[in-house]
Amino acid sequence: MEFAELIKTPRVDNVVLHRPFYPAVEGTLCLTGHHLILSSRQDNTEELWLLHSNIDAIDKRFVGSLGTIIIKCKDFRIIQLDIPGMEECLNIASSIEFEVIEDGWHSFLPEQEFELYSSATSEWRLSYVYKGFAVCPSYPPIVTVPKSIDDEALRKVATFRHGGRFPVLSYYHKKNGMVIMRSGQPLTGTNGRRCKEDEKLINATLRAGKRGYIIDTRSLNVAQQTRAKGGGFEQEAHYPQWRRIHKSIERYHILQESLIKLVEACNDQTHNMDRWLSKLEASNWLTHIKEILTTACLAAQCIDREGALILIHGTEGTDSTLQVTSLAQIILEPRSRTIRGFEALIEREWLQAGHPFQQRCAQSAYCNTKQKWEAPVFLLFLDCVWQILRQFPCSFEFNENFLIMLFEHAYASQFGTFLGNNESERCKLKLQQKTMSLWSWVNQPSELSKFTNPLFEANNLVIWPSVAPQSLPLWEGIFLRWNRSSKYLDEAYEEMVNIIEYNKELQAKVNILRRQLAELETEDGMQESP
Amino acid sequence: MEHIRTTKVEQVKLLDRFSTSNKSLTGTLYLTATHLLFIDSHQKETWILHHHIASVEKLALTTSGCPLVIQCKNFRTVHFIVPRERDCHDIYNSLLQLSKQAKYEDLYAFSYNPKQNDSERLQGWQLIDLAEEYKRMGVPNSHWQLSDANRDYKICETYPRELYVPRIASKPIIVGSSKFRSKGRFPVLSYYHQDKEAAICRCSQPLSGFSARCLEDEHLLQAISKANPVNRYMYVMDTRPKLNAMANRAAGKGYENEDNYSNIRFQFVGIENIHVMRSSLQKLLEVNGTKGLSVNDFYSGLESSGWLRHIKAVMDAAIFLAKAITVENASVLVHCSDGWDRTSQVCSLGSLLLDSYYRTIKGFMVLIEKDWISFGHKFSERCGQLDGDPKEVSPVFTQFLECVWHLTEQFPQAFEFSEAFLLQIHEHIHSCQFGNFLGNCQKEREELKLKEKTYSLWPFLLEDQKKYLNPLYSSESHRFTVLEPNTVSFNFKFWRNMYHQFDRTLHPRQSVFNIIMNMNEQNKQLEKDIKDLESQKGSKIKQRKNKQTDGILTKELLHSVHPESPNLKTSLCFKEQTLLPVNDALRTIEGSSPADNRYSEYAEEFSKSEPAVVSLEYGVARMTC
Repeated sequence: MEFAELIKTPRVDNVVLHRPFYPAVEGTLCLTGHHLILSSRQDNTEELWLLHSNIDAIDKRFVGSLGTIIIKCKDFRIIQLDIPGMEECLNIASSIEFEVIEDGWHSFLPEQEFELYSSATSEWRLSYVYKGFAVCPSYPPIVTVPKSIDDEALRKVATFRHGGRFPVLSYYHKKNGMVIMRSGQPLTGTNGRRCKEDEKLINATLRAGKRGYIIDTRSLNVAQQTRAKGGGFEQEAHYPQWRRIHKSIERYHILQESLIKLVEACNDQTHNMDRWLSKLEASNWLTHIKEILTTACLAAQCIDREGALILIHGTEGTDSTLQVTSLAQIILEPRSRTIRGFEALIEREWLQAGHPFQQRCAQSAYCNTKQKWEAPVFLLFLDCVWQILRQFPCSFEFNENFLIMLFEHAYASQFGTFLGNNESERCKLKLQQKTMSLWSWVNQPSELSKFTNPLFEANNLVIWPSVAPQSLPLWEGIFLRWNRSSKYLDEAYEEMVNIIEYNKELQAKVNILRRQLAELETEDGMQESP
Repeated sequence: MEHIRTTKVEQVKLLDRFSTSNKSLTGTLYLTATHLLFIDSHQKETWILHHHIASVEKLALTTSGCPLVIQCKNFRTVHFIVPRERDCHDIYNSLLQLSKQAKYEDLYAFSYNPKQNDSERLQGWQLIDLAEEYKRMGVPNSHWQLSDANRDYKICETYPRELYVPRIASKPIIVGSSKFRSKGRFPVLSYYHQDKEAAICRCSQPLSGFSARCLEDEHLLQAISKANPVNRYMYVMDTRPKLNAMANRAAGKGYENEDNYSNIRFQFVGIENIHVMRSSLQKLLEVNGTKGLSVNDFYSGLESSGWLRHIKAVMDAAIFLAKAITVENASVLVHCSDGWDRTSQVCSLGSLLLDSYYRTIKGFMVLIEKDWISFGHKFSERCGQLDGDPKEVSPVFTQFLECVWHLTEQFPQAFEFSEAFLLQIHEHIHSCQFGNFLGNCQKEREELKLKEKTYSLWPFLLEDQKKYLNPLYSSESHRFTVLEPNTVSFNFKFWRNMYHQFDRTLHPRQSVFNIIMNMNEQNKQLEKDIKDLESQKGSKIKQRKNKQTDGILTKELLHSVHPESPNLKTSLCFKEQTLLPVNDALRTIEGSSPADNRYSEYAEEFSKSEPAVVSLEYGVARMTC
């Protein structure tokens, strides 16, 4: 872990290290982002290198101004450091005392997520067919598939879908048992190849007499063009119970250019009104927002109102597909509007689903070297979430700061969560062993309080946002953040929080008083009755 | 009443404004003397005041009936379909008549009766007292005095009777200057900054032509600059674009020649005229009324309407004015052509930036009363209250309100009132329900005997002020806390809650503002409850102590007395009621349904035979085979 900002005192001299069965060593104590180091600063003498992540617990003691820290390690070792100076000692202690209440790497396991709906349906199973990432490098080792389809069939379907990404379960709508599945494009090519197993898989959970929708996130034109490169889309003849809808969500450099233009427009304070508006328009950023949100709403509408199954894909199924599946869940599923639920959503629909963060977020709006795989796909998703949050300010457990924090960490982070392009790469990089999970840090109570929405009141409703341009403003918290002072807005927010806190305080006080009064009364009553 | 032929039509359809698939509500349309009322099958009522109607249009007959489109001045747009053309025609004709009255006496205010007696009515009119306001500013004083020159509206008909001028400006100078100014509107005091001893003055353009001068006018300006003991030079702000001002010279009007006036610094600020503003708003409304509007069309429409550019121009002018006073300590004279449109905008907005009093509910009323009503902003003509010249209609006051709204967005804690207050005032400049905004100047209002025949709006707003309070307001410790808004273009946003006030589906579904406002109210109640409970508890404990000291001796006696007073019980019940969480209705998600949002309206088509591809555009399900 790197907690450079947590290190208040990076270096203390004349620290004495006590270890059982070793002579005491006097030396200099250094704290780095990853290690606690004690060196006697003499040749050939021992140095202690202790990974912060090895620390299990610490105790502090003081005798006069001499402080003692006892460090208990995860490998059962116990060492003692005598640190002169009370302040230094406290600083060192607080720096290494990062308490991992839970390990974020294990917070959102596919098995646990599966359990959330497996009680409601028996039509799905977990498949370990991809363990080892042999068939599809961008899928996690565990995926949810229809129960009636065996692993052998899955392997066949994988050869028919882009990147081996056969249709898997993305979301189960408990209310009516409808689901969202996602996949890569079918590799029909120009000669209309088909795959019986693929058809069987898709139809597996379709109820008798019901139909489903396939939402292709590309326009019909674009989808047709991909046939020349071996891609394609589902032919009606082979999928008679499915209705295909084409939407056009942009990808890659078009999005990157949009971001570059938008940031450029926001950064130029000299623009007159006409120029600003035309630059804002020309960036097309809000058009993309509207398009993505509309598609997500459409998917949610099919599920909730039509009672239909949904399959969503674009080309690879790692970008616009994920925007749509994850936003549809925000709309449909109250749990995904809580902090933990949203973390689980990102883990499930973005990290494990193989959104290539490393490629997409390598550079941002200022960089000159433009790589064709860079694109603010995830930022667009966060912006869409912000738009819904703005329209339903009481329905989310987290606030705007949470989304901004996620944006920052997706692009640059001291945590391993967003490193790599998929689970397979993360596995190879041994991120779980070598880095700290973002969730471990975020889910500490002290951090969570910054991200909690004071207005939150859980509601179990499906929330339908407006997608009219008049309802979709620019996300100032991201795009104007460094271009104008937010002093007055921050103060107003604080005042709002104060009012809410005060309200809670008063309510609690009234309750206590009422209870006391009631107690007095019953006591009185008891006194009366002999 | 003679205009009403049909009072009730059944089976009328109210179309969804933005729907492309003719989604509608069916109900009954009623026509009363003052309102058009639609009651749908869910008993939801839509009231439209006749005076609010800006235009009525009868479209070509369709199979389902005769469409009637009504656009209102408060930006409501309704689209009815009346089954029989004859009924539609009757209603159309009635509304045409009823929405455009020829005489003031036919306006709603003259029949509106809020059940106040005469003395209450009079008190209402006295609520805002401008003499009091000038006293608050600190005039009269050693430099400024009340002039009686216009006591009988002899010098200027469109000014109020009471005007404040520099003490050293004699009556002949005033009279001379007024003859050199358009419509006789000579330079007078609008706002006096007590701290800086600098003044905001206002007037109309000089009748300078290409070379004319007027010594009295030059003297008056000099007197204004001399009335400022700190800074001898003053700014003259011509709020028009330079080109317009120059064009006026050909008509014998124009602007001050810096060479003829000593110690003035002349400045154009370039706010466009009423005609430009009128067509700008028209364009804006056209754009945002479009069905299935795309983001690009919205922003290019916003840009080409120029609306936000004009708003920014007004704001920039006000900032220039405020800076001249706070930074340079200079007095400023503001004018445009006649000095009742742009001049009112800039003077009032400038004062609002300078003086926190104007950011309170009462202070804002005073400000409107002073810079708009008393100085003769032509409300009747600008709002088209009577059937008059459509070229005189212009949203000048609306722009002022919008500028204030932008300030409330940038300074969420600086204003005692909320957006709802601004919207309510906007509602009433058009409603003609109260007398305040009728007529074009004070003289006209006196002639109409408005104070005897109509009611003032302000006491009603004050009485209802709970609705308009800003829950986040923190009153300034210092009266002269200056607001310094940021006017980089990206700070100006489309005011959805004004221009789509009645299009609920475009609004956020949960209002933070309402929740906080209610919580604030609840907090006050809880504070009271705590006090009550504590005193109850205190008396209980006392009671018990007494019991204990009296001890066993009185035990028998106590047996006979019931320990609980019925009084206490009821108060506890009451507490339980107030302990309910913040109004649940506010948290419910209003109007949130996919149907309202028109992601697609394809439900019916799903059952039809299958086309090759369905592309679902915003609001439109289009088939492409």
